[in-house]
Amino acid sequence: MSTPPLLDIKDLRVEFRVYGGVLKVLDGVNFFVNAGEKVGLVGETGCGKTTTMKAVLRILPMPPAYISGGEIFFKGQDILKMRNRDLGKVRGRGISMIFQDPTAALNPVFTIGQQLGAVVQHASPANNRLSKRQIREKAIIPLKEVSLADPERLLDSYPIQLSGGMRQRVCIGMALATDPELLIADEPGTSLDVTIQDQVLRLLHGLVEKKDTSVILITHTLGVVRETTDRVYVMYAGNMVEVAPTHKLFAEPLHPYTQGLMQAVPKLTGGGIAEGIPGRIPSYLDPPPGCRFNTRCPRVMDVCRHQKPPYFYLDEDHQVACFLYDQTLDQHKEETPSI
Amino acid sequence: MVQHVQVEELIPGITRQQVRELQRKNRRENLGRAWYKFSRNPLSIIGGTTVVVITLLAIFAPFVAPYPEHAKPFTDFANASQPPSWQHPFGTDEIGRDILSRVIFGFRFSISMGLVVLSIVVPVGVLLGLIAGYYNGTWVDTTIMRITDIFLAVPPLILALAIASVLDPNLFHSMIAVTLMWWPWYTRLVYGLASAQRNEFYVASAETTGASTPHILFREILPNMVSPIFTKISLDMGWVIIIGSMLSFVGLGVQPPKPGLGTMVASGAKYLPDQWWIAIFPALGIVVVVLGFNLLGDGLRDLFAAEEV
Amino acid sequence: MTDDTLKARGLKDEILTVTDLKKHFVIGQKGTVNREPITVKAVDGVSFGVQAGETFGLVGESGSGKSTVAYITVGMYQPTSGTITFRDQDLSADSKGRSLALKKEIQIVFQDPGSSLNPRRSIKQILELPLRIHQPDKDCLHEVLRLLDLVDLPPEYLHKYPQSLSGGEKQIVAVARALATDPSLVILDEPTSALDVSVQGKVINLLIRLQREFNLTFMFITHDLSLMRNVASRVAIMYLGKICEVAEAAEFFQNPQHPYTQMLLSSIPVVSAEEEAAKPAKIIPTGEIPSPVNVPRGCSFHTRCPYVMDVCKQIDPVMVEVGSEHIARCHLFEQPEAVLNQVPEEESSPVPQSPQAIIPGN
Repeated sequence: MSTPPLLDIKDLRVEFRVYGGVLKVLDGVNFFVNAGEKVGLVGETGCGKTTTMKAVLRILPMPPAYISGGEIFFKGQDILKMRNRDLGKVRGRGISMIFQDPTAALNPVFTIGQQLGAVVQHASPANNRLSKRQIREKAIIPLKEVSLADPERLLDSYPIQLSGGMRQRVCIGMALATDPELLIADEPGTSLDVTIQDQVLRLLHGLVEKKDTSVILITHTLGVVRETTDRVYVMYAGNMVEVAPTHKLFAEPLHPYTQGLMQAVPKLTGGGIAEGIPGRIPSYLDPPPGCRFNTRCPRVMDVCRHQKPPYFYLDEDHQVACFLYDQTLDQHKEETPSI
Repeated sequence: MVQHVQVEELIPGITRQQVRELQRKNRRENLGRAWYKFSRNPLSIIGGTTVVVITLLAIFAPFVAPYPEHAKPFTDFANASQPPSWQHPFGTDEIGRDILSRVIFGFRFSISMGLVVLSIVVPVGVLLGLIAGYYNGTWVDTTIMRITDIFLAVPPLILALAIASVLDPNLFHSMIAVTLMWWPWYTRLVYGLASAQRNEFYVASAETTGASTPHILFREILPNMVSPIFTKISLDMGWVIIIGSMLSFVGLGVQPPKPGLGTMVASGAKYLPDQWWIAIFPALGIVVVVLGFNLLGDGLRDLFAAEEV
Repeated sequence: MTDDTLKARGLKDEILTVTDLKKHFVIGQKGTVNREPITVKAVDGVSFGVQAGETFGLVGESGSGKSTVAYITVGMYQPTSGTITFRDQDLSADSKGRSLALKKEIQIVFQDPGSSLNPRRSIKQILELPLRIHQPDKDCLHEVLRLLDLVDLPPEYLHKYPQSLSGGEKQIVAVARALATDPSLVILDEPTSALDVSVQGKVINLLIRLQREFNLTFMFITHDLSLMRNVASRVAIMYLGKICEVAEAAEFFQNPQHPYTQMLLSSIPVVSAEEEAAKPAKIIPTGEIPSPVNVPRGCSFHTRCPYVMDVCKQIDPVMVEVGSEHIARCHLFEQPEAVLNQVPEEESSPVPQSPQAIIPGN
């Protein structure tokens, strides 16, 4: 047994209390990241990926959200049981987050320098008040690291004067300024143009390699994780349905949902548009019993409607939550997982 | 001539009747959801209840007030300046009139002031704001907004005094004064909202499809501002009532012996602090009605603002 | 023949003809004494033709002007100069000045279904509007139900409001709305960009089916090249207000000529090794996309082009033919021999660019 993971989410359950009842959003999420690893989290709108990450940082709006079970271990300590004071040390310093829309993440009425300065101040040891000049000197470093030209002038600029790509890079700089051990990047390229997204992802990749930071890359675009991650989780309706090393997942996706996603992506080589996955995600108010994907699964079986599938192992690092891979079920001892 | 499809079934399986059922079901659901959100906040319920109670009191004053004739010219010096008692829960004033009854009748003036003023101010202000906002950047916008600015520049109380000095001081004329100084606020509010909205894609869609301008103003843009407008109306009721009471207090509004709340405070002020009840209860009446509208307005704002998770 | 009139023309009948279209927005003024106007050259000389029944694809990143072209066509903007005609009718007026008959023929589906459907109107009201305007004597309820049926939405959706619909369903309603007037030309501005990939297929296949059924012509705008590969019959790529390259779809993707096209194609994330192999050689994008307020002199792409030459910094290239039905606007193709000997510029550090101010600086 090697070193324990940096972040270990065990059986996390999160509910939201709203009109009409309770939304059982996260239904036993299991997820871990080892030190120095880059993990992708792929899922579509509403699957709960952002909720999971917000739970890690404890920034979920507590009513109406409610953590009904599970544990989140960061470096061995349960975040869910931490006091606010200790959480302050984790947020920003141990774990940093970049959000999807850099425009919304930057305060429009403060200059970049002021915002970076605040981060730098937060990052320095508690009783060390830095002088203005020291803050400015330290704030330039992240800007240089993200290859932004003319950092001096940037410090005095307002977010609105920057392009989308530059803002995202400022956010990345801010997130890494504190030298966190874990960086959570929530759809870092989605609001950007493809060429800029490419640049930003490369930058992220480079920085993360250099500093040996662990990364969780959240996205709904499969193609993005293919080149930048070591392992990928696929999430559906509040559950992790498949996890595997990246090349294995793309070579041989096992879960019908993963297969559906791979098929649905239009191919550069042509071939028409697949119909996609019929139906919509189930209601969290009244989720179907058993496997939550059973209403849309092309290979659904009877057992899927009654029992929730546990994880089955194909190899020791490729797990899938699907009864199709249950060796004990007689029906498909013969069946081989195919793409 | 609209040709209605004769057959009851519009398309296989759906009748006109079923379509109507669906509509009713949806409306009920939406109302249910709205009530749920509203009722989460106890203060809104308090505010709402207060407003409803006071309005009912105002409407049914002659039947609810213990001494309805005291609201009219009446004297009873034998019972003058009685402190609060079981017979007169709010006491009597310096000429023997029951204060509780007069306060109840006083609510009539307050509420009618609010209703009359707002029912003129809101349509006019909103209409001007819609037009100015939609034609943002053109001479229409400039003309309307400059006129609005002019009205906003005049200090409201000076305006009220000016009007009162020209016309006889009474409730009706003070309503005119308040109306004239109030409409620009609605124009401003709606102008800002409409200017932003005219760039929304659903407006562009309506325009490129060929919808008429009145349709776009009233059916596409206006429904999206209902929330801020209604919130403002509710909060404004409180303000109009206060301003109305202020005008009465300085002698420009409801004239004695009519039981306007501000008027009663003014005439009762000289008896403080010994016969405190003569001024305090009418003042409390003002506070309660204004607070009620304010809480209701806050509740409405939260109702419209909160997004479902 | 000037490059203004050189455009990829189809052999069949052309229903939309655009010649040297320009749209400049004046957004402010620079300086206090001389007061030079600051213009955004959103569209700066665009020419193309769309044939009846085809799907004409328009690709580009932000600032390219592709959406502006769409908005001019549908009547949201008036062009600054140039001509645009639909079946020989002039489209230079915006929707206020266009006839009802013309509005009927050209419709648009917007990118974000959240803002293209009025949240305060029910689906019934949304679909009724075009019907009431263009077919006032028909029974609206019947027609609306027919429309819902056409796009496979159940009648229960009539009284729902957009908030209760999923993204895909909203977009399907937007498509139904566009078709309500029985148009000839439908402009699709990033119709699936806001949707999850598992839903995109449904919307796209619906569009394809409807196109066949009603003989529609599509102008399809997207930044997603993989999607474009599978829907368009011809593709044009735009950069900072000008068209860089136009070709038939297969040719465009298998044989891209313009450096920007190659750069874009090589940057897109793909999911399979075959696709990876189909991409052109990796050109690492450098530098920022210049702001349309500050378009570089000469060829607007020269600040990021790996093959930049001296002439590119001075002179804006013209459209030339680079293959059958394949045109591109690049100095590389004006001197055929030079192309073979051309060595791409070393990937040196990009020329430092100060942040592009959108607000006028000093």
